[in-house]
Amino acid sequence: MYFWAAIIFWILAWLVNIWISHQKESRLLSLFPPVLFGVSIIFIWESCVVTFNVSPVILPPPSAIYVKFMSSIPILWEDFVQTAIKGALSGYLIGCVAAFIVSLIADKFNFLERGLLPIGNFLAAMPIIGIAPILVMWYGYGWQSKAAVVAVMVFFPILVNTVQGLKMSDQIHRDLMQTYNASYLQTMMKLRLSTAMPFIFNGLKICTTLALIGAIVAEFFGSPIRGMGFRISTEAPRFALDMVWAEITVAAMAGSLFYGGVVLLEKWITFWHPSQRGKT
Amino acid sequence: MPVTPMNNRKLIWSEGKVVPVVSIILFIVIIWYGFSVVLNAPWEYDKAKRSSITLSKVELISNTWSQKRPKLPTPHQVTKEIWDTTVNKKVTSKRSLVYHGLITFYETIYGFVFGTCLGILLAIGIVYNRATAMSVMPWIITSQTIPILAIAPMIVVALGSAGFSGLMPIAIISMYLSFFPVVVGMVKGLKSPDQLEIDQMKTWSASKFQVLHKLRAPRSMPYFFTSLKLGMAASLVGAIVGELPSGGGGGLGFRMLSGSTFGNTLHIWSGLFSAAILAGTLIAIIGVIQKIVLKRMSLEM
Amino acid sequence: MTQSNVISVSDLDLTFETNDGPVHALRNVNLEINKGDFVSFIGPSGCGKTTLLRVLADLDEPTGGIVTVNGVSPREARESRSYGYVFQAAGLYPWRTIAANVKLPLEIMGYTKTEQAERVKKVLDLVELSGFEKKFPWQLSGGMQQRVSIARALAFDADILFMDEPFGALDEIVRDHLNEQLLKLWDSTNKTICFVTHSIPEAVYLSTKIVVMSPRPGRIIDVIDSNLPSERPLEIRDSKEFIEISQRVREGLRAGHTDE
Repeated sequence: MYFWAAIIFWILAWLVNIWISHQKESRLLSLFPPVLFGVSIIFIWESCVVTFNVSPVILPPPSAIYVKFMSSIPILWEDFVQTAIKGALSGYLIGCVAAFIVSLIADKFNFLERGLLPIGNFLAAMPIIGIAPILVMWYGYGWQSKAAVVAVMVFFPILVNTVQGLKMSDQIHRDLMQTYNASYLQTMMKLRLSTAMPFIFNGLKICTTLALIGAIVAEFFGSPIRGMGFRISTEAPRFALDMVWAEITVAAMAGSLFYGGVVLLEKWITFWHPSQRGKT
Repeated sequence: MPVTPMNNRKLIWSEGKVVPVVSIILFIVIIWYGFSVVLNAPWEYDKAKRSSITLSKVELISNTWSQKRPKLPTPHQVTKEIWDTTVNKKVTSKRSLVYHGLITFYETIYGFVFGTCLGILLAIGIVYNRATAMSVMPWIITSQTIPILAIAPMIVVALGSAGFSGLMPIAIISMYLSFFPVVVGMVKGLKSPDQLEIDQMKTWSASKFQVLHKLRAPRSMPYFFTSLKLGMAASLVGAIVGELPSGGGGGLGFRMLSGSTFGNTLHIWSGLFSAAILAGTLIAIIGVIQKIVLKRMSLEM
Repeated sequence: MTQSNVISVSDLDLTFETNDGPVHALRNVNLEINKGDFVSFIGPSGCGKTTLLRVLADLDEPTGGIVTVNGVSPREARESRSYGYVFQAAGLYPWRTIAANVKLPLEIMGYTKTEQAERVKKVLDLVELSGFEKKFPWQLSGGMQQRVSIARALAFDADILFMDEPFGALDEIVRDHLNEQLLKLWDSTNKTICFVTHSIPEAVYLSTKIVVMSPRPGRIIDVIDSNLPSERPLEIRDSKEFIEISQRVREGLRAGHTDE
């Protein structure tokens, strides 16, 4: 009964979405399809689990997850601070700053750039997460080793994007700077950094997710008794999957917040770029 | 001060890449050996103190470079370990790196192929059906901000208790992870033809399928290969992380975890290097195919 | 010779809604075009000449008025492939050879392989590019690419040719040569051509009828029937009649300007 209700809701939601898709573009209307879609998925999930008696060790129903979430807020908060703030955020900042500095050096010294960029591209595609056990071994179980993992993970993508961005200024603009006899520093500050910003932000956005993943997965290799990765890796074998899903919800919220924050920063700094002005 | 002519970007890039790369790699190797000494020294000193020996500089250096469980193994140690566990072991033995490498490889490839096919199908659906685009696309973009990789172990456990074990659950994780870059990239690619090209097709009254196959698909090729590379990398990472909770399955991730649990650092490093080699090879293969196809289509980007 | 109306425009209106209020791209446009005419649309930017062409080609929809092409609505005309359209840029696919590019509409419209090969050869001859079949677009100059684009528009059987500033991106010397070639083409194929330009000499040189337009709102200021002979060497541009017609066009443009 419940199941059929969910299916009917899904169909109705889909019909509404089709209707909306034929209307004129509207900010307000465009919020509905994804929300309706998400709600119908949750509805179907809940009804399937209940109707087909799916064991909670395989897939808990959304209602159970919600209950667990609400009742575990202190633990979840503690985990969040440990993993997302201490581990991911600090590692992210360290990795970013390091990558910027190296990019600027590489920009000044062409030899370094030519050598570093192919290596950087290569390493950015590698499963750097594999470094986690090594760094845990070196820096211990605390959040420092997680920050180290994150720093290494975000370093290469940001390096590659920043170096690429610094090359992106138009010849015309650089020629103009040369007619002003502008110094390297002046050209960098007044022209090249701004032109590089869209590329830099590209890297920054990708790395928000990498940072969180790195911090969580690094905890699988060793952690004090808190942290999102720790919680997931201990609750999962105990089949307390509702807690695991609650942690995942926290991770999802943390990830979206982090990413959203960087997007807002991007809108503020690169307001002039066509992609920010709504001209896709 | 010589100003590098940046309009000769291509010139700077294409010539003289080998020398800088090689010299930086050499530099890294040298630094590495140095750090090996630094990081492995405490253990050496401890050992020497316990046997009341004083070590000379030379002895210290050569000892730190040949420890059995070094904090930082040297490149030659790692190479020897890789050699030992690949060439000198039977491929079917659980001690062989090739055995583990193959497990990870199969998980990666299965996941990658299914993830790519699904990704392309969904991308076509998104480009051609506005309702799908409006409901699903925001979720796809949001899911890129969610550390999905973190659930990998849990999915393996859950599927395991439902009776699915072995390669399959891990391949599912890989599929899920490679799916997203493919969808995002292909949507961008399929939408990349400019208004002029779309209008042209309209003046010939071409059918939707004709536009897809004669215009959108060729135009999406550069984006396709870029997403394939990202998808492959994501798939491999998914496979490795998915192996972590399996506790006995095998694969490079499992190898690194067991190395970490039992303090066998050489296992960790050789596993890591093998994963890097696997990733590098797979991506390089895609790169070669990319070069050939794009060259034939005159679409180098 | 019977004059038949190939294109008929009556009270055409096209208004866009923008953030800054409605924009009247076209208002109250009335026009009759006969079979075999070479009609140029000329005017400053924003006068609606390209928009008018696009309405005729069913690439934009009017907000008011009636348009018929070949006796049917623009949509039906487009669906029955009644016209060829040449855009401002050649728009050739870099992954197809020149021959394959010209074949593209033929493939879409379902011509047989033998027909395709015949037609490709025929039109490449017409634009004097035979021998370039196996080359790729990036191996050709801008002028040559545009000629391929024109050949492509001639490859299938359509009586009408719409051209939107096809030579705008080319230098004057190449342009002159292509103008001459276009006239020869028009003479031998007898198509009805609608040509958008912002060059007065080009409009006067090519056309049998010149439609002068002005902006805000987009409208027709003047329709000039050219009395120039159909044999037109380039030198005709120095003749008295040519200069008179050019003057009239210029006055029309000025009048549209001072209306604002």
